Amino acid sequence: MTQPRELPIAGNGDVVLVRQHVRKVAVEVGLSLVDQTKVVTAASELARNALVHAGGGRVRIEIVHNGVRQGLRLAFSDEGPGIPDVQQALTEGWSTGNGLGLGLSGSRRLMDEFELVSEPGEGTVITVTKWAR
Amino acid sequence: MDRVPILKLGDILIVTIQIDLEDQSVLALQEDLADTVVATGARGLIIDITAVEIVDSFIGRMLSTIASVARMLDAQTVVVGMRPAVAITLVELGLSLGGVRTALNLEKGVALLDHVWDRARR
Ligand SMILES: Nc1ncnc2c1ncn2[C@@H]1O[C@H](COP(=O)(O)OP(=O)(O)O)[C@@H](O)[C@H]1O
Ligand SMILES: [Mg+2]
Repeated sequence: MTQPRELPIAGNGDVVLVRQHVRKVAVEVGLSLVDQTKVVTAASELARNALVHAGGGRVRIEIVHNGVRQGLRLAFSDEGPGIPDVQQALTEGWSTGNGLGLGLSGSRRLMDEFELVSEPGEGTVITVTKWAR
Repeated sequence: MDRVPILKLGDILIVTIQIDLEDQSVLALQEDLADTVVATGARGLIIDITAVEIVDSFIGRMLSTIASVARMLDAQTVVVGMRPAVAITLVELGLSLGGVRTALNLEKGVALLDHVWDRARR
């Protein structure tokens, strides 16, 4: 089984590598094709956010268990400026950059669990999980 | 950086996205397409995403932008080959791709362009 792995997010190419590795583990966990697609899409959004809004970060990718269920957990972390108003950042269409403002709100919908911890000035940690059905 | 080849078939440009593109390459493609539409005078643009495994908000916006830019340059765009899982995910992400014509496959995409041109002539 694939061990937990941490990948850097320091450039555009890393976002592609994150997508590819997340896909591989999603298959291994036994997620359906639609759920694989949702997880990889959320991973792409959150990795790009770490790069664009925080100047880079990393993601920890691991398989988790809850009784007999297997899941895939991704923890994105960065030491960027943080998110001062989390509710606002989670609002569909809200962007401080020139994005569509769908990354955070969309990722929350695409995943089963979504946790955002951010300290202005210290950085952001976003942990998302998808459980195999 | 990867560059995506653009094929010309009569009045139509066909772009097949084969690999997982970096954001930089997506932006480059957007510019290449606008340039090629003008250089060739193409009136139709088909973007084949049959091989594309995910469309996130960045690629989604690129598709909308290309369609808008092409329209301004007098060319109609059709996105073909979207996978069902991609469509489901896009809707849940909150992206409707409004203003982008879609068809199930290349053949239907060409037929759709013919239909649009027919209507414009009448
Ligand atoms: N890792 C992060 N660090 C700092 N700010 C962030 C981070 N991720 C998201 N944000 C903030 O939340 C907003 C909404 O994010 P998102 O929904 O992905 O939209 P977009 O990336 O298109 O702006 C961003 O514009 C940015 O202000
Ligand atoms: Mg974003």
